[in-house]
Amino acid sequence: MSKQILKPVIRLTTCGSVDDGKSTLIGRLLVETDSIPHDTVASARNIRRGGSTIAAGEIDFSLLTDGLEAEREQGITIDVAYRSMSLLNGSRLIIADAPGHEQYTRNMAVAASRSDVALVLIDAARGVRPQTLRHLTICALMGVSRVAIVINKLDIFDYSQEKFNEITKSIEGAVSRLKIKDHAFIPVSALAGDNVVHKGANLDWFTGPTLLEYIQNQNLEIDTMTSPHFSIQYISRVGTFRGLAGTLVNGTFSVGDQVTVLPGKNQATISKMITFDGELSTASHGQTLNILLEPEVDAARGDVLHLASNQVIPADRFTANLVWLSESELIHSRSYLLISGSTTTPAIVTSIRHRINPEFGEKDSVKVLKMNEIAEVEIATDIAIALTNYDVSRETGNFILVDRSTLNTVAAGMVVHALRRSANITEQRYEVSAQSRADQKGQTGKVIWLTGLSGSGKSTIANEVAKELFASGRHAYVLDGDNLRLGLNKDLGFSKAGRAENVRRVSEVAKLMLDAGLIVIVALVSPFRVDRDQARELFKPGEFIEVWINTPPELCAARDPKGLYQKAASGELQNLTGVGQEYEPPLNAELVIDGTVDIAINTEKLMEVAK
Amino acid sequence: MQSSPEILKVLENESIEHFRESAAAFQKPVMLYSIGKDSSVLLHLARKAFYPGPIPFPLLHIDTTWKFREMISFRDQIAKDYDLNLIVHTNQAGVDEGINPFTSGISEYTRIMKTVALRQALDKYGFDAAIGGSRRDEEKSRAKERIFSVRESGHRWNPREQRPELWQTYNTKIRPDQTMRIFPLSDWTELDIWNYIYLNDIPINPLYFAKERPIVWRGDQLLMVDDDRFPLINGEKPERKLIRFRTLGCYPLTAGVESTAKSIREVVDEVSQVKLSERATRLIDGDKEDSMEKKKTEGYF
Repeated sequence: MSKQILKPVIRLTTCGSVDDGKSTLIGRLLVETDSIPHDTVASARNIRRGGSTIAAGEIDFSLLTDGLEAEREQGITIDVAYRSMSLLNGSRLIIADAPGHEQYTRNMAVAASRSDVALVLIDAARGVRPQTLRHLTICALMGVSRVAIVINKLDIFDYSQEKFNEITKSIEGAVSRLKIKDHAFIPVSALAGDNVVHKGANLDWFTGPTLLEYIQNQNLEIDTMTSPHFSIQYISRVGTFRGLAGTLVNGTFSVGDQVTVLPGKNQATISKMITFDGELSTASHGQTLNILLEPEVDAARGDVLHLASNQVIPADRFTANLVWLSESELIHSRSYLLISGSTTTPAIVTSIRHRINPEFGEKDSVKVLKMNEIAEVEIATDIAIALTNYDVSRETGNFILVDRSTLNTVAAGMVVHALRRSANITEQRYEVSAQSRADQKGQTGKVIWLTGLSGSGKSTIANEVAKELFASGRHAYVLDGDNLRLGLNKDLGFSKAGRAENVRRVSEVAKLMLDAGLIVIVALVSPFRVDRDQARELFKPGEFIEVWINTPPELCAARDPKGLYQKAASGELQNLTGVGQEYEPPLNAELVIDGTVDIAINTEKLMEVAK
Repeated sequence: MQSSPEILKVLENESIEHFRESAAAFQKPVMLYSIGKDSSVLLHLARKAFYPGPIPFPLLHIDTTWKFREMISFRDQIAKDYDLNLIVHTNQAGVDEGINPFTSGISEYTRIMKTVALRQALDKYGFDAAIGGSRRDEEKSRAKERIFSVRESGHRWNPREQRPELWQTYNTKIRPDQTMRIFPLSDWTELDIWNYIYLNDIPINPLYFAKERPIVWRGDQLLMVDDDRFPLINGEKPERKLIRFRTLGCYPLTAGVESTAKSIREVVDEVSQVKLSERATRLIDGDKEDSMEKKKTEGYF
């Protein structure tokens, strides 16, 4: 069992600053190993992009990988291209050619995430550039274990050994600081073809391998770990058959093994492992299969099977390194969807510990995270998940964050370690319930959430409804945005992040009041849909009533009870909703109140839902 | 390029994972079945992914009415043998207008009878995800495609705004106006496909094997006269030649190659020697350098 097996498929990425010659290098590697169809090579001989200085009839190698129209027009790589070739030992090399521009750094992270080997190119004429260091940092962060630093364009310096030494010296510090497990320095000329596939006549002084030899010599082995992890992807049902389908990683499972279904505590024995090609007695890393448990304990998509003896404790609080991938910045305290394997759960970045400078590694404290930035953060998830530390396993230590309204992938996450704090807090159960407290008051507790522009009339109508409820013997309380900002929320500003946290706190307070059996009226601008939706999720169906006070912006500005619109007009106030910041009206509000109508009519309308 | 059972095992496991993710994450997925060798492998992988259960979604064939006759009979036989839920869709408006590959122009024909037809079918049945057999080694813009690839409203691909796809952690969330395309064969090469067919004894269309067939030469392309709709030019007479096909599509747009390969083993040997890309035998791709990207942004698979 201890026999080491070579990986049949190896993944490689190329990185470095723009124009350092990545696409040319890959093109040459592919052509000289005869890995590209001859008609494709012929078209790279005949087609030229604007401004090309490559002689007619020569191959423009970069045309072989830049596959998008915009890439050929601009002469740059925008997105990752994947190419396959064979190595001499018969294994498959899948090359991810990553873009070099700073604005496409996130695409470079995509390429690095699965790579075993990275080639970091440096243009000898320009030396180490900020983007070189950035890419090196991302390679280290993403766990690329083998890194070749390829000094390209040495033909410009007559293949000078001094030039090569000078550049390797200038990057050695960064390599050791980043603790890259295994690295090498290789001189080449991608354009002239020296030391890529063939040794060539110009680099006699270099005694190391050609680039291709370096890649071939890696002998990457399949990890033999002993913490098998099986994420349930799909439940196969046929008649009474109920198989748990998924892929086993990080170890082996055998029939008879005792496993725990995480995040719960159910334990069972693996009774069968079924594949199309027959039943297995033992399954190993990378195998897809159907598992049958005895007894058939409850298990669903997103649950994870681990050996009971490994005693894995799922966590709902952990620290992680985050690469921010989206144009809209990270807002802490806002809810995102976290996807890890087949598990999806709402998650909040509770704090940004520090941002990491990708060039020199310094740490600084920040409030927000912008595109292409890297930070160490703390994350809290709604359900506990069985994640591994990323440096132990890339496959089970990674996650992505998804924006809940655009549904785009906004961050790549790598678990640093779980926080045990959450395990020390246990919810206390009290015997007097929310229901009994409300019953005692002869009412049904609920939260009426008034949202709308400043000056739309939220506080006015809240006041009227509170008076009527009081008069009819109901127990109600108004949570007014402005009033709360005088106390509980006085530390918060009006940025997107400030507003998100404001809504989160108010919704938690509303929840406590609901638990006390009260009718809670919230009067809060709460301009962003995601924040309101997040508030709604705290409550059971029927408890949360979203009311949009729909008053035309012109009317609000004319009323201007607090003089805010005037301040905004004079430039004294930024971030005023509807002026400096947008307002996202509710799409599915339980009630829409026309703010232009008489207050008595509107109060009556609202009383119907409040009672 | 070399292909080995060990490599194929890795690729197979990853593809199976894509299938299961698609079935679990989407309301109404569908698998595109185009009858060719890649579809044969795709179908085999789908059967493996859901074994011992049936494939939990239908298969969709876009029939342009210009497919080789042997493709249609093979399709119907496979559907019967594997008890598949097969939907066949044709753009009837295109047929009524008389759109055809000979006089309508290749790109217009492709747009109406393939791209528009596909969009029609996806909308008609309300599929939110479509699984297809495209491979990254087929063509340059395909080399840029994600495995789970979002389509905006109107099934448009926006190659500059692709979602980052990291590790094997797939974001399968889509908005109501979006759909997803899934490409489980992304990392496979043409030779992998053939070796996999050989090793797993997967039934494939007889057109892939050399046989004497009626052909005419058009330039350096060798076209098969599959029925009497093929317009012969001034006294042209089909001759019989031993040919086979590297890819399958509409018969007037798919050139054959002279070959003596009559078994899968012989085809594998031939493919490992050939130095031209398989799409070189497709008339549809050559009309403009970036034609595939253009077609894909319009919703083509």
